[in-house]
Amino acid sequence: MPTELLLFYALGAGAVLSTAAMLLPTTGRSPIHAALLLIVSFFFLAGLYALLSAHLLSILQIIVYAGAIMVLFTFVIMLLNLSPDEIREPKISYAKMLGGGVALFVFGKLLNGIGLAASAAKAVDLTQHDTFGTVKEVGHMMYSTFMVPFELVSVLLLVAAVGAVVLAKKNLAYVDRPVPSPAEEFKTEGHAAGDGEAAAGHGGHH
Amino acid sequence: MADLLANPWLRGIASSVVIATGVLTIAAWAIWFERKFAARMQNRVGPNVVGPAGLLQPLADALKLLRKEVLVPRKADAVLFRLAPALALFLTIAVVAAIPWGKDIYVADLDIGLLWVLAMSGMMLFPLWLAGWSSNNKYALFGGMRAVAQGISYEIPLLLSAMVPVVLAGSFNLREIVEYQSVHGWFAIWPPGIGVLAFVIFFATSLAEANRIPFDIPEAESELIAGVSVEYSAMSYGLFPMVEYVHTWLSSAVASVLFLGGWSGPGSSIWIIGLAWMLLKTSILFAFIYAMRWTLVRFRADQLMHFCWKWLVPVTLGLVCLAAVWVNVTAGGR
Repeated sequence: MPTELLLFYALGAGAVLSTAAMLLPTTGRSPIHAALLLIVSFFFLAGLYALLSAHLLSILQIIVYAGAIMVLFTFVIMLLNLSPDEIREPKISYAKMLGGGVALFVFGKLLNGIGLAASAAKAVDLTQHDTFGTVKEVGHMMYSTFMVPFELVSVLLLVAAVGAVVLAKKNLAYVDRPVPSPAEEFKTEGHAAGDGEAAAGHGGHH
Repeated sequence: MADLLANPWLRGIASSVVIATGVLTIAAWAIWFERKFAARMQNRVGPNVVGPAGLLQPLADALKLLRKEVLVPRKADAVLFRLAPALALFLTIAVVAAIPWGKDIYVADLDIGLLWVLAMSGMMLFPLWLAGWSSNNKYALFGGMRAVAQGISYEIPLLLSAMVPVVLAGSFNLREIVEYQSVHGWFAIWPPGIGVLAFVIFFATSLAEANRIPFDIPEAESELIAGVSVEYSAMSYGLFPMVEYVHTWLSSAVASVLFLGGWSGPGSSIWIIGLAWMLLKTSILFAFIYAMRWTLVRFRADQLMHFCWKWLVPVTLGLVCLAAVWVNVTAGGR
């Protein structure tokens, strides 16, 4: 399959290059450019999934990671609005050295695992039929073989969502306080105001 | 010729060029249509100078915008500022790929067609937010923030209401959804109640995705001047309204595919009649959007969120459950 191989190399090169570009000195100092490059690399990864006939996974990669999650990422980064001088030169500390050591160890393990898998793949035929990644097949798998883990994960997500609401609500006491209406502000300045009561009812307190 | 079209690469490139050009051409004249329509509603004449009945006005506007200089504010992030409108156009046209325009008229017959459409129109938040932030202007930033807040919230009922036809037809493939409706009738009519409610909610939330009245707080002229596009000039400004028209047109197309039977209709086995049905249904929905645009006022930001989270999300969740029950009762499950 020469076209498939060509596509694989093109998409793989795109994913690696867009990730590597995050580290360049020109983009590395701007968090927002780095975040956008991450989205680009997500798109290339989605292309690789599609090439592996995992259609559902590839589109979910775009909707969930490139779409929903990265919108929130960029939202936060942009609102922080860091200027280049605020991002200090990286300092080397013991904690960072330890972290780097752990990262290297995990990377080595992964490389080793990939090597093992590659040698095992030669012995066993790992090819899947072309439809294994379609919506129907994934759905069947989710609701038969992986029913229990799937339901457990959805309960976990529900708990997380409720927990997030509870945590956010703690600091929301001020929302119940009626917002002073323009008419009331007018009154405090010493002017006569007739319909202060009626206008106060429209304060935003949902 | 037939041999050439059998090659999937050539077929893909040729069909995407033809269909994307067709959609962009339709969008150009949609602008003319909207201006004439608005003029009629307000008892004016509308564009009538360039060409017969002002028909060449969009062409003249495009030429004018192309000849102007693109200004980039000194403190703007130049790369993202230039990228945003182009990205918006790219994502909108990418939606076209999965939509079946006639019996065999489509760019790609995708197993995940509907998800592709929703993913690409969901990604439309990025260009708006990038444009709003990179302009380094407070009005633009507020416009971008509103676009993201509204887009994230309204995407949930949009996805859920789009799941109703998926559950009923048992497929994400837009071609199969249309074929199911051509046999069993439109989803907007049957199953009674569920279908029509899902249709109305899908239509309303897709207006919110396309930032049309009554959901156009991101560009609210009266308070934010024009929101994200405030610092833009020339064609990089012109792309924003153009993208909005294309997006609105495609939203109408997706709504008619999902709920109004797409290209199915009397005589639709002949491709040109099927295409005509599809364009007719899309145009009626499109005209309805513009009738609303010149009739309604825009929501306030808090009303918008209230309506979405407290009404649309629970109702659409219920509709998906009802649709699943309906499928199990009538078809005995699939």
